[in-house]
Amino acid sequence: MASFWFWIVAAMIATYVVLDGFDLGAGAIYLMAAKNNGERRQVLRAIGPVWDGNEVWLIAAGGTLYFAFPQLYASSFSGFYLPLMIVLWLLMLRAVGIEFRAHIDSPVWQDFFDVVFSVSSILLAVFFGAALGNVVRGVPLDATGYFFEPLWTNFKLSSGVGILDWYTVLIGAMALVTLTAHGSYYVALKTDGDLGRRARGFALVCWPLQFFLTFSSLLATYFIRPDIVTNYREHKIGMLVPIVVVSSLAVMLWANPKGKEKLAFVASSLYIAFMLVGAAFALYPVVLPARDHQYDLTIYNSAASSHGLGVGLVWWTFSAALAVAYFVFVYRKFRGKVQVGEGHY
Amino acid sequence: MESALLIHRLHFAFTATFHYLFPQLTMGLALLIVVLKTIGLRRNDPLYHQAARFWAKIFGINFVLGVVTGIPMEFQFGTNWSIFSRFAGGVIGQTLAMEGMFAFFLESAFLGLFLYGEKRLSPKTHWLSAVAVFVGSWLSGYFIIATDAFMQHPVGYVTAADGSLQLASFWHFVLNPWAGWQYAHNMGGAAITGAFIMTSVGAFYLLSGKWTAHARIFVKAGVIAGCLFSILQIFPTGDRQGKMVTDLQPVTLAAMEGLFQGQTEAPLLIVGQPNEQQGKIDNPIAIPGVLSMLTYRRWNANVRGLDAFPKQDWPDNVPLLYYSYHIMVGLGTFFVAIMVVALLLLWRDRLFHAKWMLWILMLAAPFPYIANTAGWMTAELGRQPWLVYGLMRTEDGYSKLVSAGNSMFTLLGFMGIYVVLGILGLFLLWREIEHGPVDGHESASNLYSATLYSATEAR
Repeated sequence: MASFWFWIVAAMIATYVVLDGFDLGAGAIYLMAAKNNGERRQVLRAIGPVWDGNEVWLIAAGGTLYFAFPQLYASSFSGFYLPLMIVLWLLMLRAVGIEFRAHIDSPVWQDFFDVVFSVSSILLAVFFGAALGNVVRGVPLDATGYFFEPLWTNFKLSSGVGILDWYTVLIGAMALVTLTAHGSYYVALKTDGDLGRRARGFALVCWPLQFFLTFSSLLATYFIRPDIVTNYREHKIGMLVPIVVVSSLAVMLWANPKGKEKLAFVASSLYIAFMLVGAAFALYPVVLPARDHQYDLTIYNSAASSHGLGVGLVWWTFSAALAVAYFVFVYRKFRGKVQVGEGHY
Repeated sequence: MESALLIHRLHFAFTATFHYLFPQLTMGLALLIVVLKTIGLRRNDPLYHQAARFWAKIFGINFVLGVVTGIPMEFQFGTNWSIFSRFAGGVIGQTLAMEGMFAFFLESAFLGLFLYGEKRLSPKTHWLSAVAVFVGSWLSGYFIIATDAFMQHPVGYVTAADGSLQLASFWHFVLNPWAGWQYAHNMGGAAITGAFIMTSVGAFYLLSGKWTAHARIFVKAGVIAGCLFSILQIFPTGDRQGKMVTDLQPVTLAAMEGLFQGQTEAPLLIVGQPNEQQGKIDNPIAIPGVLSMLTYRRWNANVRGLDAFPKQDWPDNVPLLYYSYHIMVGLGTFFVAIMVVALLLLWRDRLFHAKWMLWILMLAAPFPYIANTAGWMTAELGRQPWLVYGLMRTEDGYSKLVSAGNSMFTLLGFMGIYVVLGILGLFLLWREIEHGPVDGHESASNLYSATLYSATEAR
């Protein structure tokens, strides 16, 4: 039962990153790709109707994680105290940037919120990557089942680790490049003209970086945690992950110059989903590795009671079906490209 | 009090109090907008549709602020109260996860359609999206109340071998008797905020001589709803909640009422300052016997005072609890008084010309916020010294590894951001109110609208 919830939570987190990832990525290229007010409004219109719903996946994933693995929620949220709070502030500023920018028709007001939106998007991408890096690298859990990490110590992995060290910064950089490419494909898909062309250009520049960072971060992961490949050795189905990751990278390289943005976007989504699922596969059944492995949090020592998990399965399935129905409905309403000068503001 | 404990408590109190300024209006307006749209649809009256559209804009700005200040709440259980989260997560994780899965998905999916999709949806579908947003926001309220109810009066759990609480009976937990009355009382409070704000804006327009046709709808709808919910707030919901506190948290009742010594024919204190040092109330004005009647339904019933309980089980801030409760009750009584008078004037067709009453209604706008805040302070200060009533003390629940310094750093960060958000919100709301409920301008600025229309035309 607990393994089932492990995969549900992993899938919800992956869904969140794929969905909010494209609006974060759109924010990352926003200042450079969208040169004038008209183009910036186009980018915002492309993400405006969906960003809030995308972010609900984060809240829902957080809530589900709390419900299924209370010990994991308690340990990781208090241990990652500072970066989480900074992420919350960035999420707030970003939301305000998107929503309040258009309320006043003044270049000064709008320039201000443009920078707020873009900078917070970039920092969020880096922090989410660093968070993933922390989970894979392991955290200084002790016998009490708790830990607290400062933001940084000496950027080495030797003694007391911080949130940011060379490894987690590398993963943060990979996340930024990956989400920038992801957002670029989305903007290219939803807009045309100069803006769409520039977004494609950004995606072209991102590809070699993404390729390089993917392989260097995988190597680095193997270097700091050789045991990460154990699950892959024992369960051949895991080989699906590298196959999908490599082929989606190839598809992105091929599809983007040909103007097949939709295909490139789907490939990018698959890449993100499988990188995350791949990480979860490597960790399973550990949910939060400790630097000292005897204190690892696993699905066995951090899950809620099986009665609670069973009850949750009933309402979760029902609510997830409803949620998917809403999303299909809303995305169908917002199909197609957004145009210059259209709309109301 | 330990400094880390104090800062962690302030952290949650500050972020929760500030956050709740927004959802109370969101939930109240959601109901009133559905009412306006229903009337507009049935009577085919464009004025009601315009009124609904105007309030949707206010709703939209308020909703954004509610969402951004609400996100931290979901995380703070884990960040600042990790020991508690581990202890109770096997139970309250259920309702917190359900809020996200049932309420937030529903709300967020239909919000864009409701706020900016009116032109492209059929009137019925648009009405339905307003109902979906209303249902989503009121569902969200229930899951939070059910979570709080568990902390006030834990039911439906078992204690596991490792000492943590685990779910024993889902229905018992979700249908906690405490949650029922608290939900009704809380949602009544939200409806009162919505009604008073709507009335206040209407009164402002009438006094300014602007948009009078719309203003009359606002005042009429606001006064009828305000009167209804203000009365329900006292009876039955407030009365029943008081009874529940009497039965389940008698020490809290004693502290709320400022009853240091238990007595028969206990008086109801109207004003007076608790003097903890001497264990009495200074400068009291009280009505004899009424407290006994309200709590045990008999004039001569014995009501236990604080002296009947060991000091370590008293709520740790008796004066603040006492004042919160008295401010809430005092304002609630005042709401009934002004709304009943306003309704009589409305019935006699004199309200729209009674300037003095319009002034009162206009200036009353901030008071429901104060009453709602005081109400939540009564509930949560009254729960002290317990985090989960009778099971875990507050001092045992916070994150021991998050130092006071780190907690203060983020508390100050939240304060800074919330000040900016508050100023921005007030500024944008004022602009909308000043602009008025006219058609054709449809918020010169709406992001969603533009997206919706443009996406349509591209198809």
